[in-house]
Amino acid sequence: MSEFEQTVRQICSAFKNDRTRMMDIVQAVQARFGCVSGEALDVIASAVNTTRVEVQSTVSFYSFLTAQPKGRIVIRLCSDPVDEMAGMEPVARAFEAELGIRMGETTPDGAITLEWTPCIGMSDQAPAALINDVVVTYLSTDKAREIVAELRRSGDPRKLVHRLGDGHNAHPLVRSMVHNNVRRKGPVVLADLPPGAALRKALAMSPVEVIRDIKTARLRGRGGAGFPTGMKWEFTRQAEGDRKFVICNADEGEPGTFKDRVILTEYADLLFEGMAIAGYAIGAREGILYLRGEYAYLRPLLEHVLQVRRDAGLLGRDICGKRGVEFDIRIQLGAGAYVCGEETSLISSCEGLRGDPKNRPPFPAQKGYLGCPTSVNNVETFCCVARILDRGPGWFAEIGSKGSPGTKLFSVSGDCAAPGVYEYPFGVPLADLLRDVGAEDVQAVQVGGPSGQMVGPESFHRRLEYDDLATGGSIVVFNTSRDLVHVVARYLEFFVDESCGYCTPCRVGNVLMLRKIAEILAGRGAPSDVAYLTGLAECVKFTSRCGLGQTSPNPVLSLIRNFPTALEGRIRPPAGEFLPTFDVRRALADTERLVGRPSVIYAP
Amino acid sequence: MSETLSFTIDGVAIEARPGQTILQAADDAGIYIPRLCAHKDLVPFGACRVCTVKVNGRPQAACTMPAAKGMVVENNTPELLEHRRRLIEMLFVEGNHYCMFCEKSGNCELQALAYRFGITAPRFPYLFPDRDVDASHPDVLIDRNRCILCARCVRASRDLDRKGVFQFVGRGARKKLWINAETELAGTNAAAEDRAVEVCPVGCLLKKRQGYATPIGRRLYDRRPIGSDIESRRPTPTT
Repeated sequence: MSEFEQTVRQICSAFKNDRTRMMDIVQAVQARFGCVSGEALDVIASAVNTTRVEVQSTVSFYSFLTAQPKGRIVIRLCSDPVDEMAGMEPVARAFEAELGIRMGETTPDGAITLEWTPCIGMSDQAPAALINDVVVTYLSTDKAREIVAELRRSGDPRKLVHRLGDGHNAHPLVRSMVHNNVRRKGPVVLADLPPGAALRKALAMSPVEVIRDIKTARLRGRGGAGFPTGMKWEFTRQAEGDRKFVICNADEGEPGTFKDRVILTEYADLLFEGMAIAGYAIGAREGILYLRGEYAYLRPLLEHVLQVRRDAGLLGRDICGKRGVEFDIRIQLGAGAYVCGEETSLISSCEGLRGDPKNRPPFPAQKGYLGCPTSVNNVETFCCVARILDRGPGWFAEIGSKGSPGTKLFSVSGDCAAPGVYEYPFGVPLADLLRDVGAEDVQAVQVGGPSGQMVGPESFHRRLEYDDLATGGSIVVFNTSRDLVHVVARYLEFFVDESCGYCTPCRVGNVLMLRKIAEILAGRGAPSDVAYLTGLAECVKFTSRCGLGQTSPNPVLSLIRNFPTALEGRIRPPAGEFLPTFDVRRALADTERLVGRPSVIYAP
Repeated sequence: MSETLSFTIDGVAIEARPGQTILQAADDAGIYIPRLCAHKDLVPFGACRVCTVKVNGRPQAACTMPAAKGMVVENNTPELLEHRRRLIEMLFVEGNHYCMFCEKSGNCELQALAYRFGITAPRFPYLFPDRDVDASHPDVLIDRNRCILCARCVRASRDLDRKGVFQFVGRGARKKLWINAETELAGTNAAAEDRAVEVCPVGCLLKKRQGYATPIGRRLYDRRPIGSDIESRRPTPTT
């Protein structure tokens, strides 16, 4: 057996040759060898008793996994519109010039790869990039040159961090330049809680009483869909099965959101407390924190917090001294796939598969992770759970608005003076938030990220709550200097890149919408394009299999409904005999070159 | 298990056996719901979305949605037909489909659906993707230009042939059918007799040396539109 095969087999065996741990296996192989090569596919397949193409299918799905060797250092520039607005284009050009390569390429010495990646959760400190696991923020062209020089000198991205961020960003296990930018604290999430305080109160009650409290508090999921948490837990508790799971969705991928990153950095204890309470309530002994690959730099700190909690008797067996109560948490690292924020895709990924969503029914509460009843909840939701158990459901239900009790974290970025994280009671008018963040001359606000909706000033009086302007927390501000059609094109590019490709409408429809928007941006829009786009958008929304495709047309629909003049300004009635989409000069270019003379009829 | 569940499709009362999907129950009742990825011998997949119906007002794929008592299902409505037409057109422009010289012409489910829906030309621009042809295998051809990513071969090879020859790699618009070998189908244990080859609804997986065997006029969909076999089961035709 070659040394290579031996090492790969050792990695597989460290995960008990369990094919459902494929994500961990292929990530470990890549960390060791720089890629998951064809040879590695064969060894892994044989070790975990599956086929080569199944392993390849998983590897090929995730953008952070690769079959071909990349540079030892991979620079991933954030391609989000917010980063672009903050000046990413010149930064990208500076990286290209300094490295002597184009985006998507690797330096000839195999040292450095340069590529784009979607929102990395740093919109409040844009432009930002990931260099291997190291986050670099507030980039400029000068900084780009310094970064390349330092990487060439030391080959170590960690050396790029000179000044540490605030709070736990400066923790020895993190050592990151990231800033929390917490601008407004509230009583529910961004507040201290002595570890174990809420858990002990929960354990003094029966599991059914805990669920009753969550229902009394009328807690709804903070991920954006707003499903009642107590009901989800009740379904999971009542579902048949000895083995049940609690999964925390920390795959914070919606462009413009970063509030979970702050919770994970500063309030991980609160989150894990909530997960343990959930485990007790639904009868689960095992929990998984699905951490997006972009936040890998937080993993050592999170593992540390888990260990401290185990040592304190807050995780593990006989939790808080209560006999028979058992719960522990493992971290599953993602690898660059927005769709894995969809709960069934997230489960597929935890099972070591492509991040394809699953058919529903059955719902995860019935058949989730490994076919067992599973409750998947958002990071912020678990924090609310811990607070509700500590302060009581009545206290919680008094905060916020009638249909949306409690507070909500908002990740605010874009054209405003004070981007960062804000905790408000639900029901705050958008106008109040815009005033507090110092947003002036506002043309549009993207509420809930690209999968949410884009609204204009006529909607600023509306309230941020489930029954009005619902959002998972992403708020991106665009001032009047921004080109909204361009922004929509960028968001569509994002969905095209992140579609899993399972179903027809999302895989093809998003490409077709992007094509049309690009035509319009290029000045070839026709009056009929609005109806064309509306029809496509409605089809994708209506027939797509999961939340990604069901919401990906929202930027287009928002533009058409809320900013009709932005599109119409780009569209002109057909001039002459051709449709605007048809450019006779372009159509003839090849022929003219071949025959070596301009067209006689359509001469320029 | 003799108990049945009653529900309606477009107002027609349907009896379903427990565990049946809407599509299976509709098939038994002689009501045709158009589909491409669904196949009677394969586990439901829900990829093409052509079978999208409304269940109590909400969109659902009929092939994956279990039938339940009292469901009100809409199938043949102008809204749904329009969505299906768009989906079929999307599949045409996504690949490179040249019916006029395709060996599968006349027996192709995608082509037959287009005829049933009266599609003469898609309203979307052709994407003209660059896709591989794999002619390495002595008896089976893969022409990915015609693949609609329905996963029938993936499921058949895994569940019926017990070979696991096919799976998808990549994601989104770059997702493609791949094989359990380094580069070529010849490197797998695929065989022409595999169910995986037979269930392909289009001309992506073809048995070699059998092209154009049936003369025009006697091919599967030459005389009667796709779905008419199911519709002929209906006891009292009303349309």
